[in-house]
Amino acid sequence: MNVVELLGWVPLIPFLGFLVLVLFRRQLSKPLVSWVGVGSVGLSGLLAALIGTEFLKGTMQPYHLALGDWIAIDNLIVPFGMYLDALSLTMLFIVTGVGFLIHIYSAGFMDSDLGYTRFFAYMNLFVAAMLVLVLADNLVLLYLGWEGVGLGSYLLIGFWYEDPNNGYAARKAFVMTRIGDTAMVLGLFLLFTQLHTFDIQFLMFRVTSQWTPGTLLPVAAAALLLGGAVGKSAQLPLQSWLPDAMAGPTPVSALIHAATMVTAGVYLIARTHALFMMAPSVQFAVAVLGAITLLMASCSAIVQTDIKRILAYSTISQIGYMFLALGVGAWSSAIFHLLTHAFFKALLFLAAGAVIFCFHHEHNIFKMGGLRKAMPLAFWSFMIGSASLSALPFTSGFYSKHDILLATFEVSPVLWAAGCLGALLTAIYSFRLVFVVFFGKNCPVVEKSLGWQMSLPLILLSVLALFGGMLTIPLDSVFPVLFGNAHTFNLVSFITVTAPFIGLLLAVLFYLTGTFSAQGLANSQGLKRIHRFFVSGWGMDALYDTLVLHPFKVLTELNKNDAVDCLYTSIAFISRKGHLMISASQTGQIRWYASSMVLGTVVVIAIGWLS
Amino acid sequence: MELGLSLSVVLFVLGLVGVLVRRNLIMMLMSLEVMLNATGLAFIVAGSRWGQADGQIMFLLILTLAAAEVGVGLGLALQIFHRFHTLDADSMNEMKG
Repeated sequence: MNVVELLGWVPLIPFLGFLVLVLFRRQLSKPLVSWVGVGSVGLSGLLAALIGTEFLKGTMQPYHLALGDWIAIDNLIVPFGMYLDALSLTMLFIVTGVGFLIHIYSAGFMDSDLGYTRFFAYMNLFVAAMLVLVLADNLVLLYLGWEGVGLGSYLLIGFWYEDPNNGYAARKAFVMTRIGDTAMVLGLFLLFTQLHTFDIQFLMFRVTSQWTPGTLLPVAAAALLLGGAVGKSAQLPLQSWLPDAMAGPTPVSALIHAATMVTAGVYLIARTHALFMMAPSVQFAVAVLGAITLLMASCSAIVQTDIKRILAYSTISQIGYMFLALGVGAWSSAIFHLLTHAFFKALLFLAAGAVIFCFHHEHNIFKMGGLRKAMPLAFWSFMIGSASLSALPFTSGFYSKHDILLATFEVSPVLWAAGCLGALLTAIYSFRLVFVVFFGKNCPVVEKSLGWQMSLPLILLSVLALFGGMLTIPLDSVFPVLFGNAHTFNLVSFITVTAPFIGLLLAVLFYLTGTFSAQGLANSQGLKRIHRFFVSGWGMDALYDTLVLHPFKVLTELNKNDAVDCLYTSIAFISRKGHLMISASQTGQIRWYASSMVLGTVVVIAIGWLS
Repeated sequence: MELGLSLSVVLFVLGLVGVLVRRNLIMMLMSLEVMLNATGLAFIVAGSRWGQADGQIMFLLILTLAAAEVGVGLGLALQIFHRFHTLDADSMNEMKG
């Protein structure tokens, strides 16, 4: 029996883990909970690895597995179908591999938390949904996974629900991604009504054979799908939920809001790349959105003081790079950057989690400092992660980002320049973080030590972040190759390589040697407002307040006395008034009654007489 | 014929006005009697006009009715006087909406 046929078990095992943890949460002892929670993802990862090796050894023909029908109405048939090719395999490795390491880490990080079982149940649910998303062979099943990860994200952001702010952040994430999801559902409807199938491969085939490039239909469909991707991947204009999503526990931020879920938008666009190639205007919009987002987010990251918010903005910025790559048609580079980003961003978040863990949940980087000696493992993890994030040569991030920028230059030098500026800013903020947290005079004493559960993932992820660039993923079988891989030495690649070094130099001058004072710069007259503007994430929240929230509140204020209810309240009002009038005629005067009787009789007789 | 009917109409209107303008209960009862007798007169006149006994039969009915009415009415007036020490209809206006 071929091991590939067990593909259906890959998402099923974490889901079973979720069910066991939810149904028997009172009976299970704590070690058993971690065995079920971590073990289910580990088993799923093992299975994925077996399937992956089998797949890579073979001919790498896409493998299709149908597990039965989900919905079957007339000509609408949605099967539980799995589709395995190099792209979904890459995602499979990221989700199960990085997910497994983060689960191990969580076993240590959440050790003293009361909601231990609940945490692992949610995490398993999330992993199961993410696996459904990447393995789905049709858009409806993909959407099931898409909403499933949204639910997992909501539950985990609001995990510490005692603090109302966390619940607020969770709702914000859920509602803002829902805006994108609505666009995506409309896109699905459009595709189905026009092309009569949900199966992604058929759909892409029919898109290319039945539609003409650049006409209304492919443009509308691609734009609607882009809406969904923008919401999930926290790109302009729906990016403001991600920094607030950092309210969740740190392993959650590492798994969901850095390594896997937020890259779902990138995966969606890559999966439906044929559609986007039929709509060049939308594809270019993807690139422009990515470039703008990466610049905005890096500017905000430079001025944040919360360690997790810095990393959140850097995630937005790195996904901006992936969108840039998708937009210029460098599909493989985008997925490659997704892979390396998963490694180094998970590493950075986990290392940040270790720092937060040992600092009694302190998030402000200026209250830390001098941690280099006290926490060598976290320090080296951070160094490797930051080097990789800012794409210093020979780290994994270098290979992927370099590819992206060179490919971008061939399409648009302006976007390339934006990307290089972004790379410079990336180096500044990532090394600002390292220098402020780990260098400095004071040397705090750390009481807690990291257990093996927290150290092991850090070490493994460090190795991956360093050498992940050596991995070659056979994505050429999935995507059309548009760019040659010839790395010739010229001015463009020279600038691309040196941009991070300039940023590193600036970071050293500002934050390590103290040659320049960043504080003084921020306090100077002109820059003060820009500083505030960047801290607020370019005022996106304020913008939405005035554009959406305020008009909505005014409308609700207007409609406070329900417009529909007017009819019913007026009926009640009229009958009450009539009752008062009639009861006023009951005077108790017997002569008055007699007079009215006479009057009535006269009227009746008059009517009878006259008619 | 016309004279008899005219007399009954005049009597009826007189009785009606009496019921409406008088405030004493006894006077109101008396006015009611006048109205009843006015209708009785109208029946008699009509019966003699058509040469039929129905009018007189009707008058006997009205006469019985008037006797019963006076019996009940005077009894009520007596009770009211016992309770309120007055027979003024306007001052007994407590049952109002």
